[in-house]
Amino acid sequence: MFKKTLNSTLDTESILKDARSELALPSRRLFAKRALTLGGLSLLTGCNITDEPSVNRMLERISRMNDGVQGWLFDPKRLAPTYTQAEMTRPFPFNAFYSIEEVPEIDGSDYQLEVTGLVTNKRPWTLEQLHKMPQNEQITRHICVEGWSAIGRWGGIPFSYFLQQIGADLSAKYVDFQCGDDYHTSIDMPTALHPQTQLTLTYDGQILPPKYGFPMKLRMPTKLGYKNPKHITSIEVTNKYPGGYWEDQGYNWFGGS
Amino acid sequence: MSSSTLKKPVVHPIWLRVTHWLNALAVIIMILSGWRIYNASPIFPFRIPSEWTLGGWLGGALQWHFAAMWLLFLNGLVYLLFNTASGRLWKKFFPLRPTEVIQDLFKALRGKLQHDALDHYNAVQKLAYVSVILDLILLVVSGLAIWKSVQFPLLRELMGGFDNARIVHFCAMAFLVAFIVVHIIMVALVPRTLLAMLRGR
Repeated sequence: MFKKTLNSTLDTESILKDARSELALPSRRLFAKRALTLGGLSLLTGCNITDEPSVNRMLERISRMNDGVQGWLFDPKRLAPTYTQAEMTRPFPFNAFYSIEEVPEIDGSDYQLEVTGLVTNKRPWTLEQLHKMPQNEQITRHICVEGWSAIGRWGGIPFSYFLQQIGADLSAKYVDFQCGDDYHTSIDMPTALHPQTQLTLTYDGQILPPKYGFPMKLRMPTKLGYKNPKHITSIEVTNKYPGGYWEDQGYNWFGGS
Repeated sequence: MSSSTLKKPVVHPIWLRVTHWLNALAVIIMILSGWRIYNASPIFPFRIPSEWTLGGWLGGALQWHFAAMWLLFLNGLVYLLFNTASGRLWKKFFPLRPTEVIQDLFKALRGKLQHDALDHYNAVQKLAYVSVILDLILLVVSGLAIWKSVQFPLLRELMGGFDNARIVHFCAMAFLVAFIVVHIIMVALVPRTLLAMLRGR
């Protein structure tokens, strides 16, 4: 007990001594300050560390691990919140890896949706056939990987219904989408079968305009914007990891919210 | 150690020092990559200079952010477990009385606050450390609400919706940065505290 008291007295004195000498020497304080700033700067320029291949491989591995964690967290029955028409974001923002002037013009009359991979019915679909399928509507929030979000009203075919129509192997791991704007992405089967995952043909009650992905997009309120492909031309059910346009550059593959 | 020096008691146990420095690393990565992510779609009318950020581009910053989050979360969990199980949390930070905080704050501002001992925190320190622990918890919770706004509806509503969760997350970050600035200044003024956090005494 006595020893402890003695020690704390010693501590007090030495701290006070330290503090006094620090205060007495403004130049030292200034130096310490500058050193901290320099230290901070050298740390900040450490963004070059991202160019290091081994660091990139590690980050890539953790990102794939996060795919697994997200798949495990994903509740196939949990619905994303829905909104009223009054809550819609107007105008709904256009967003792509190209500018709005470069939106592809796809001719709906000779358009055909290709279906490939682990499906029993591989015949292509015309727009007319797709519009005759049962449709539903959702007003949901689109969340962009950049952080902004917007509420839109989308109509189309429940994607799980479409997968059943083409006789897709529902135990397959992935569904891959090739698009008319040279975009490409893929999703996990549980999300493909989620009740709010929609093969979207309309926006706000009108035929899907080119800027939102004519003739069709895939709408998933459970995934970030870059996972929602537009101008879809072909769908493949597969067990081979298909990646995607942004995913191959480093965006997280699962991309779920 | 020379015989003339008395062996000083351990101020910070080894688990505390390890979790402190791992937390420092995680927090630095989270803040710098978070600034890059913020810049992709700023919620306030300013951007963070990109040379202060980590990741090179949005995708890289997200990879850093979602890697370091595991370090922040798991290390924070270990810290809280040890801190509560050992009783250190209560012993060091409580009681925390508002009147003492105000008194110590005035003393500190007039340069009259004494550092009695490294193993005893004054009321301002107690408040700062408890606040930053709570702030880190808020950062994790609001971050989770942003990352998984559909899977965790309760967290999302608690944060006032997706868009609001981003504001909460940003403000909690700003508080953390303010804490770090003051923390580093205080350590620079009393360098022995840095030694204590490195070697335990």
